[in-house]
Amino acid sequence: MRDIIIHLVILLVLPPLLLGAITKTKAFFAGRSGPPLLQTYHDIYRLLRKGAVYSTATTWVFRAGPIVSLATVMIAGLLVPFGGNRATFVFAGDMIVFAYLLGLGRFFTMAAALDTGSSFEGMGASREAAFASLAEPALFLVLAVLAVLAHSVSLQEAFGVLATGTWGQMAPVLVVACIGLAVVLLAENSRIPVDDPATHLELTMLHEVMVLDHSGPDLAFIVYGSTMKLFLFGALLLQLVLPAPVLLGAQGVGLFCVGELVVAVLVGACESIIARLRLQRVPQFLVAAAVLGGLGVTILFAGGLR
Amino acid sequence: MRLYLLLGLPAATGVITFFVRRVRFQLTALLASAVIHAGLTTSLWLSAGDLSSGSFLGVDAAGLLFLSLTSIVFFAVSFYSIQYLLRGTHDAPSGLYRFVPNLLWFLSAMTLVTVSRNMALMWAAIEATTLASAPLIYFYRRRSALEAAWKYLLICSVGIAVALLGTFFLGVAASASPADSPGLSLTALINAGPRLPRLWVDVAFLLALVGYGTKMGLAPLHTWLPDAHSQAPSPVSALLSGALLNCAFLGILRFYQVCVAAGEGAFARSMLLVMGFVSIGVAAAFLVGQKDYKRLLAYSSVENMGIIAIGIGLGGSAIYGAMLHAVNHSLCKAGLFMLAGNVLHAFGTTSAQNVRGLVRHSPMTGTMLVVAFLAIGGTPPFGPFVSEFTIFSATIRGGQLWLGALFLALLAVASLGMAGVILPMAQGTPANAVSPPRKEATLSIAPPFVLIVMILILGMYVPAALDDLLSRTVMLLGG
Amino acid sequence: MTSLSALLLLAIIVTDLYIISTGRLGSCIRATALQGVLLALLPPVIYADSTAEQWFHIGLMSVGTLVLKAGVIPWLLARAMREANVRRETEPFVSLHVSVVLGALLVALGFWMGKRLPLPVPIGSPLLVPASLATILMGFLVLVGRKMAIAQVVGYLVLENGVFIFGLTLARALPFVIELGVLLDLLVGVFVMGIAIHHISREFDDIDTDALASLRD
Repeated sequence: MRDIIIHLVILLVLPPLLLGAITKTKAFFAGRSGPPLLQTYHDIYRLLRKGAVYSTATTWVFRAGPIVSLATVMIAGLLVPFGGNRATFVFAGDMIVFAYLLGLGRFFTMAAALDTGSSFEGMGASREAAFASLAEPALFLVLAVLAVLAHSVSLQEAFGVLATGTWGQMAPVLVVACIGLAVVLLAENSRIPVDDPATHLELTMLHEVMVLDHSGPDLAFIVYGSTMKLFLFGALLLQLVLPAPVLLGAQGVGLFCVGELVVAVLVGACESIIARLRLQRVPQFLVAAAVLGGLGVTILFAGGLR
Repeated sequence: MRLYLLLGLPAATGVITFFVRRVRFQLTALLASAVIHAGLTTSLWLSAGDLSSGSFLGVDAAGLLFLSLTSIVFFAVSFYSIQYLLRGTHDAPSGLYRFVPNLLWFLSAMTLVTVSRNMALMWAAIEATTLASAPLIYFYRRRSALEAAWKYLLICSVGIAVALLGTFFLGVAASASPADSPGLSLTALINAGPRLPRLWVDVAFLLALVGYGTKMGLAPLHTWLPDAHSQAPSPVSALLSGALLNCAFLGILRFYQVCVAAGEGAFARSMLLVMGFVSIGVAAAFLVGQKDYKRLLAYSSVENMGIIAIGIGLGGSAIYGAMLHAVNHSLCKAGLFMLAGNVLHAFGTTSAQNVRGLVRHSPMTGTMLVVAFLAIGGTPPFGPFVSEFTIFSATIRGGQLWLGALFLALLAVASLGMAGVILPMAQGTPANAVSPPRKEATLSIAPPFVLIVMILILGMYVPAALDDLLSRTVMLLGG
Repeated sequence: MTSLSALLLLAIIVTDLYIISTGRLGSCIRATALQGVLLALLPPVIYADSTAEQWFHIGLMSVGTLVLKAGVIPWLLARAMREANVRRETEPFVSLHVSVVLGALLVALGFWMGKRLPLPVPIGSPLLVPASLATILMGFLVLVGRKMAIAQVVGYLVLENGVFIFGLTLARALPFVIELGVLLDLLVGVFVMGIAIHHISREFDDIDTDALASLRD
């Protein structure tokens, strides 16, 4: 019971802090002082209190989009273990449900974008679809590496099996999985080098385009949901890097939260240092991640490391 | 001691002629080296005792056979080169002075291949032959020659790299039992044969077949051969076809010996059979309607290498036929290329359609060309007929009638293809010759003449010494 | 130290995939240099348990590989690139996107073959044989799929690296064979190829081997 409460609290409270950390890091690299760390919380609160404007051309899909995307991310969050904390729902195959919940959320976001009837949002939706179709195999291959290692298709057990010694033995496979997962993280959360979240030039937007027409509480849900998605991917990456025993118990929780902030800082650093890829290069980038994941699986099956 | 002389003398002479750039001096040095090399080789024939016991250098029957072939062909080529270099060529090359040194280094490298008893050393020697012959191919600074040399370098280097991997695989097989590892010494490997892990020996042979087969000209790895052999100057082509292909074949034979010792002879033979038939098939296809007579001769080399591979692949009495065919082909093809050089000098083009009336223009060259073509096409009473017939009868005796029929059919197509190109060249009136008909230089006639006479003799009678050497080679190959 | 050697071998495979995927010749050459560095690090890592005199031999191998594969040869290639004035692979026979996927399949093939060929005396990481076979196959892919002469030479170098990796399993059983074999081969081969490229770039106006296709039947 206590586990579940801690799980929920972390899931609901921590994510917007990550966005603040990223913005602060970028400001640091740019020599500015930037907005305060807790700015995202203020933004969400402000948006919730505003009224929403709905175009007369839209239907219920447009209203449903942000709600569904937030809901799916939250449910997906219940499937991911946080450090020593058991996930709220654990069952065989929850890895795949996780991936497809996120896919469902993405689908509704795209549908909402298409629902506006504007070709501009449609362009964003099509780009998102193209890149997602490449990022998903990459994600699945990375999850496959975990699944093969743990002989189980459940996230909880997959991460549980990574003892301290596993890195020593399985280093190549885990390195490859980490890199693949990092790339997927950047792609799914629309970070540089895949997409620039801070751009205000409409033609260079990818993800931003889709959510351009939402306002008020809808926008709040979207912002909150995106921070939560970043948080979840960060959690996956973190537990891949840190072995399970380290993250047990109370200090494990603390370590976990600190680790998430570190991931956020790294993402911010990445955004400040690397330039955004040309649009034609993004598929190559994602295919490279998929190939790396495939490499990891190949090594597991035929490398004789086990 | 003699082996060191055999290797060192051409190499040293090459260095000397590289610095002394007078053509006459170079040619004298070339001739002298050829004579000494032939003399040393003859003395190896005459010496009793087992010379193959060294761990790095040594001469066994197969090595002596190919060494002698190299020596004879080089001897003939060096005489031919005298008039070839002195008469001027239709494509003015720069760096005329590089010809002789490169030839000598080439000879040294090929000699090293034949006298190596260590697989790694042999590999290095074959690599050295590639490097020594590439500048010779690019002798005339033509675009097409550059293309040929580039393809040659690239494809053969890749083949050599694959062969190195095969040598490594053999090394892994050898070190499977670290206590008494035979290393890469051929004699030790053959003695340790039954102990070697067979999977590794198999794959090693396969890699060596692909790698050295590239240098030997087995299809489908032969794509560099028509270009290189046709763009090189004619004496170089004679050496390439007559001596270098044999050296590559020797590389494959060494691996074959280890295979047989390890009990994997049947596997090796089946691989050789496949590649042999593919080679003859591909060569026959490209021989028909070939427009360039030097390329024609090059494809004929591919075909003959295929025949040799088939001979080994059939095993038994066909191995004797294969080795005899190696002898016949070397001598005949060298003669053919030298004659082609004469034709090129007379008509200024390698396009067969532009050459007519050869017999009227240069009677000796024309007649010999027709005779040599008949020889290489397998007509009795010449040597190649005997060797090809030996191989064919082995298929009958072995009950593989389909193989024999296919063999004959492909050979027939190849011969007809060649006839379609060469015979029209010889007949008719010389309409567009570049140089007027005149007495042909003796040195351009004598070397091919001697080689063709040798083929004629071999067709009717195999000298006892040669027969003995061939039989000993067959025994080495487990036949 | 099997994990460290496994990481090095993995890095080598990743550089192979990078070479396959990029069309920029400068990046290809730099990746080859990086491979040279990784290869130089392999012998000391694999044969960490050596006697003093063996260390001399291993050190020699390492330093030689580093100088040649990470220094001299990339420098020669870069010079050839400057002289020929080319920067990118314009139209490869096998498009780059397809090559990446093919490269991944070849890696899988290399691992499959590696499983069939277990070393009689296991040496170093179990990834050694699969990594070498995968590198060889990917070298072939670059060799066959590219048009630019320099890219083909890079493919040949990758092929050589793969053979070298395999040869490392024999470094103790058959000393001096490996270095002599591979380094001599590499040095002289690339040197001569460098000369050939130089002549090609002078003779033709670029080193697109499309022009080197006039000799055919």
